[in-house]
Amino acid sequence: MNMQRFAKTSSNNISRRGFLKVAAGTSAGLVLGMNLGTSTAQAQSAGAAKLEFNAFVSISPDNQVKVLIKHLEMGQGIYTGLATCVAEEMDADWAQIVCEHAPADVEKYANLFMGMQGTGGSTGMANSYMQMREAGAAARAMLVSAAASQWGVAAADIQVANGRVSHAQHSASFGELAMAAALLPAPDTASLSLKSPADFKFIGTLAATRKDDGKADGTAIYTQDIQLPGMLSAVVAHPPRFGAKVLSFDASKALAVKGVQHVFAIESGVAVVAADYWTATKGREQLEVQWDETRSETRGSAEILKGYHELVETPGVVAESEGNAAASIAASSNVVEGVYEFPYLSHAQMEPINCVALVNGTKAEMWYGCQMPTGDQAAIAAVLGGQTNEVKINTVFAGGGFGRRANPNSDYIVEATRIAKELPGTPVKLVWSREDDMHGGYYRPAYVHKLTAALDSEGMPSALQIRVAGQSIMEGTFMASSIIDGIDASSIEGLTEMSYHVPERQVELHTTQTGIPVQWWRSVGNTHTAFSKEVFIDALARKAGQDPVAYRLALLKNNPRETAVLQLAAEKAQWGTKVLPEGWGRGVAVHSSFGSTVAEIVDVSVDGDTFKVERVVAVVDCGVAVNPDIVKAQIEGGIAYGLSAALEDEITLTEGRVDQSNFHNYRVLRMNAMPEVEVHILASTNAPSGVGEPGTPPIAPAVANALTAVTGKTFSRLPLKLA
Amino acid sequence: MAYTLMINGERHDVDVDGDMPLLWVVRDHLKFTGTKFGCGLAQCGACTMQVDGVATRTCVLTVASAVGKNITTIEGLASPAGNALQQAWVELQVPQCGYCQSGQIMSAAALLESNANPSDAEIDAAMSGNICRCGTYSRIKAGIKLAAKDMKNVGGAA
Repeated sequence: MNMQRFAKTSSNNISRRGFLKVAAGTSAGLVLGMNLGTSTAQAQSAGAAKLEFNAFVSISPDNQVKVLIKHLEMGQGIYTGLATCVAEEMDADWAQIVCEHAPADVEKYANLFMGMQGTGGSTGMANSYMQMREAGAAARAMLVSAAASQWGVAAADIQVANGRVSHAQHSASFGELAMAAALLPAPDTASLSLKSPADFKFIGTLAATRKDDGKADGTAIYTQDIQLPGMLSAVVAHPPRFGAKVLSFDASKALAVKGVQHVFAIESGVAVVAADYWTATKGREQLEVQWDETRSETRGSAEILKGYHELVETPGVVAESEGNAAASIAASSNVVEGVYEFPYLSHAQMEPINCVALVNGTKAEMWYGCQMPTGDQAAIAAVLGGQTNEVKINTVFAGGGFGRRANPNSDYIVEATRIAKELPGTPVKLVWSREDDMHGGYYRPAYVHKLTAALDSEGMPSALQIRVAGQSIMEGTFMASSIIDGIDASSIEGLTEMSYHVPERQVELHTTQTGIPVQWWRSVGNTHTAFSKEVFIDALARKAGQDPVAYRLALLKNNPRETAVLQLAAEKAQWGTKVLPEGWGRGVAVHSSFGSTVAEIVDVSVDGDTFKVERVVAVVDCGVAVNPDIVKAQIEGGIAYGLSAALEDEITLTEGRVDQSNFHNYRVLRMNAMPEVEVHILASTNAPSGVGEPGTPPIAPAVANALTAVTGKTFSRLPLKLA
Repeated sequence: MAYTLMINGERHDVDVDGDMPLLWVVRDHLKFTGTKFGCGLAQCGACTMQVDGVATRTCVLTVASAVGKNITTIEGLASPAGNALQQAWVELQVPQCGYCQSGQIMSAAALLESNANPSDAEIDAAMSGNICRCGTYSRIKAGIKLAAKDMKNVGGAA
C-alpha cells in the first residue's frame, strides 16, 4: 500500500476546500418532507447551520460533527469506518459524530483506487484510511488554530480531547469554535501530524459504535421508503428471455385497472405506472405483450455447462505459465485430476432492485442506494442527452448489495430514468418485484474448472495445470480495459499467482459468450476459484496421505501471511487435537482476496444424506482492523453468504428462461442452518485491506473438505449435496 | 372501498381495493415505511407485523382480512419484549444493511411475548421464516437471548 499516494490525493481535495461555505440547515430531503433517519434529522435541527472544514467534515454551531461518506452504506459498516478515522484524528466525542452520504462529485469523492466515485472490490476502508484521517486532522488543526487566536496562546500548548479544545483556564467545544475555525485556510497536508497508533482511541477499539442507525426501529430510509409529493410507482414487464425486445403490446386491459395511469414501452420492456406499487403490479398482470425473441438466448444452463465441460478438455488462452506443466503431467505416473462446476447465482439482496427518478428535460434528480455515482451519472446523462453535472444523486442506505448495485450498465437506474423521462416533473419510483429481481440477470457466471497435478515422490505437487471456462464479467463494462490479451483476470483470480508453491504451473482460460447478463457477486472470481483450489489441495493431501493443514503449510513456505493465518486458525480450532463427536467431520480452507487473508475451519455433522455446518472458526488478516467488531461482522456475514451458495443457491435456465423466481425455489441460508461462527483477527500494523468480501471464498471449500473427511465422498459441483 | 384499520392503537381509514395486501396499504397509503417489502410471497419475513399479537407476513394478508384486528408495526412496537429487543439489537450491533431487521424484530417480539425463555431450537423455529442475506443470524439469536435475559432481570427487580 502506497500511503504517499493517498496523502497527495487527499491534500489536493482538502486545499480546494479552503473556503467557508455556510449551507442552510435544511436540505432537499426536509423540503420534500422526507424522513431521512435519526442522525440526519438531528443534523437538521434548528440552528444547525453547517460549516464546512473540508470535503468530508463540517461542524455545526450546536456542536455536531458531520462526516460525509463517499461510499455506499449497504451494511458493510462504511459509515462507521470512515467516521472512526475522522473522529480519531479530530479527537472528537463519538456521540457528536453523524454521517451522511456524500453527493455524486467525482472531483471530491473519487475512490482513490478506482479514479471514479464508487464502492466495490472491498476498497472502501483501504482507499480512504489516510484520506479520512487527514480530513479529521485538518479539521482539528483549524479548531486549534482558531482557539489559539481567540485565547492568545500558542497552538502547540492547546489540548484536544473528547470533542473539547482546552488550554489552562480556557475550554471550548468544537461547535463554539466552528464559526471562526471554518474561516481559516485549510492547512497543508504536509503540516498535519497524524496520531501514532499507540494513541488511538477509536481505531482498533470497540469505542466507535455503528453510525448507520435507525435499523432497529424502522426509521432508517432505503430507496423503497422514499416518499415525494406526487410520486408514482412503476413496474416493468420484462421479456421472458434475455435479449428479447418488445414487438407490440396491448395496454387496454392494464389501463382499465383502477388506478393505473400510464402504460408505455421503454427499451427494456413495458412500464406500468400507478399511484402505488400494488396497483401497478395489478395493471401489469393485465398487460398483453408480444416479444421479439429472435435475438434472445434460448439455451438452458445444462446445455451451456455441458459445453464448458467439453472446453476444459481443450487448451485455452494461457494466462500464467511457469515451466512446462503439461509435459511434466504427461510424463508423471502420479497424477490427480479434479473437475468442478459452478452454477449461475443471484445476489438476492433483501431489498429488491428499485430507484426513484425525477426528470425535467436534461436534468435529473435521483434517490437510491447508489454504488457507482460516476458511472450512473454518465448513464443517466446519456439517456437524457444532458451533462453529468445535471444529474443530482441522493444516496440512501441500500438493503444489501453484494455486487448487484454496482451494475456496469446502470441497468435499473437507466430503466428508472427512461420511465421518468416520459413523465417530466413527476417523481417515479421504479420497483422490481422479487421475481423481477431474480429473473433480471446479472448473475455470478457459471463456470467449469479442471485442475490436474503431478505429484513428486514426496506427494507434493510438482506441476499443476488449470483450465477455466466461463463468461467474462468485465467484458463490455467500464472495466473492459482490464482485459489484457483476452484474459479477464477476474475469471481466474485466486488460481493465478497462487500462494502454494508449485514449481510448474499453467493457467488457461476459455472465455465464453452467452446472452445471460453476468456481474460481480461478493468476492467475484474468488467465489469459484477458492473452491477448486482448496478442494483440490485437499485431494492432493489425501493422495499424499498427509494432514490437510500440514500439507498446506508445507506448500505455503514462501507465504508468511497465509502461513500465520492458517496456523492461528488451526490453533484456535484445536486442529488435530480436538475430538469430534461421531458423525462429525472437519475441513479447512485458506484464501487471500482483496488484500486480506482468511482461513476457515469448519465442523460438520452428517446424518444420512443430510448434514449441518455446526461451527466455523475463522481467522482474518486485514491489516489494521479499524473497527474490530465490524470486521468480525463482515467475516460472519461473508461466511453466511458463501455458505448459502455452498448449501442452496443455484440459478438454472430451461430454454433460456430462468427457472427460479422467489425464495421458495431459490433457497438461501436461514437461521436454522447458520453455524456458530468464531472470528479471530490477526494483529497487524499494515494498512487496512478489505473485509467485505474475503470471508466468503473459503467457506464452501472448507465445508466440502469437512464433508469429505467424514463421508469419504468428494464433490465436483456447488451447491453441495450428499445425495 | 373504504376500510378502517387499527394500527399501533390508532384508527386509520383507507380507500383501497380489498385484495391489496396490508403491507402496501401501510407503506404506500399510510406512509409507515418501517415494514419492508422483500418477496411478496411470505417467504422472507421482511414484511412481518403483529396481527393480534401474532407475527404475520403482511405481503399476503389482504386489507379486507385485517379489518377488526389489532395491527402493530415496527413503528408501534412498545411491548417490554419489543423494547428489550431493540436495545439488544443496538448493544450487540446486530444490523448490517438492516433491511430485514424490522421483520426480524417483529418476529422475535412475538416469540418472546409467548415464550420468555426460548431455547435455541425454539428460536430457530420462530425465526427461520425471516431471511437475512447479510447473515446476521448469530447476532439475531444472541440478541433474542440478551433481550430475554434483560426482561427476566427487569421482572425480577419488579
